[in-house]
Amino acid sequence: MKRVFAIIAVLMFGAIFLGVVGGYSERQTRSPLAEYYLTQVPRELGAPNVVTGILITYRGFDTLGEVAVLFMVAASVGVLLASKSGENAQGTNATRFDERQPSELVRTGAEVILPLIFLFGAYVIMNGHLSAGGGFQGGAVVASGTMLLMLASSPTELNHGFLSVTESLAGVLYVSIGILGIVFADGFLDSHILPLGTFGTLLSAGAIPVISALLGIKVGAELSVVIDRFRH
Amino acid sequence: MGLPISQILLVTGFCLILIGLAGILVHRNILRIIIGFSLIDTGIHVVMVATGYVTGGTAPIIDAAMDKADAATNAVDPIPSALVVTAIVIGFSVTAIMLSFAIRLYDARKTLDIGAFTESKW
Repeated sequence: MKRVFAIIAVLMFGAIFLGVVGGYSERQTRSPLAEYYLTQVPRELGAPNVVTGILITYRGFDTLGEVAVLFMVAASVGVLLASKSGENAQGTNATRFDERQPSELVRTGAEVILPLIFLFGAYVIMNGHLSAGGGFQGGAVVASGTMLLMLASSPTELNHGFLSVTESLAGVLYVSIGILGIVFADGFLDSHILPLGTFGTLLSAGAIPVISALLGIKVGAELSVVIDRFRH
Repeated sequence: MGLPISQILLVTGFCLILIGLAGILVHRNILRIIIGFSLIDTGIHVVMVATGYVTGGTAPIIDAAMDKADAATNAVDPIPSALVVTAIVIGFSVTAIMLSFAIRLYDARKTLDIGAFTESKW
């Protein structure tokens, strides 16, 4: 009986979606807002990557909200899983680590690939304003490197204190750069506090590389802590 | 291919949403239900990016292939892409919280079957 209801619900949604797809005609021109962003971001902000420019400056307040959500999630996961590691610490820790050693393929491969992953993550973060990339994307790459490290060598312990301090510091610096924007430039999180520089080089586009780097550090540290909580 | 790209992407996104929805409604194991939620997230992101496509446009990044003057006439809409970056991170956060809840539920009842949690049923 439940399956019949499930099938009916999926079919009804499918009918709605078919209606949407059938009535959709591909856009031929950009909306005026899109044209404004496409012309203003290279000219005013000096950033070749329009999406990063929108995310960090024109819609910077959304990014601040997202940073707040990430912080809240890291705290919630810490609370939900904290007492669990306290309960099980005595009994199962001894047996857990020699249950199943990761295979030699994983361990050797991780030794080779891990430095490359972290380097690539740093590259994606720093290059966010020039080509595709940015703070969030690079932070996710760094966190996946951490997950590989944890899969490959189980006894490795992440220093939670260091990561939490790093992440909170990055968040505080991000907000203070925003406040510097109020003091020195037009408004909160304005990127004009630093000079624009030459278009297309690494140190250009005002404060956008700095904000990108801070976002990348914060996201990387946060996701690593969240993944590490699941280990115990 | 004669079909326009955005329609192919829209159909793919909507199919992902339907598969995720079917997964949530049919499965009993909590982890499979969480995977269904993750599939719905991915499907919605694909749909959102697909609505920003402009015919014949290219990525909104200015480099050797497209210089400043062409940006306003050759690029696709950059706004849905920016929104989807935020949405991906939020989707990951929700999945992390769901998984922590699954761990606690397993600790309480020693089973991952969703029929074992009947306190909220009327």
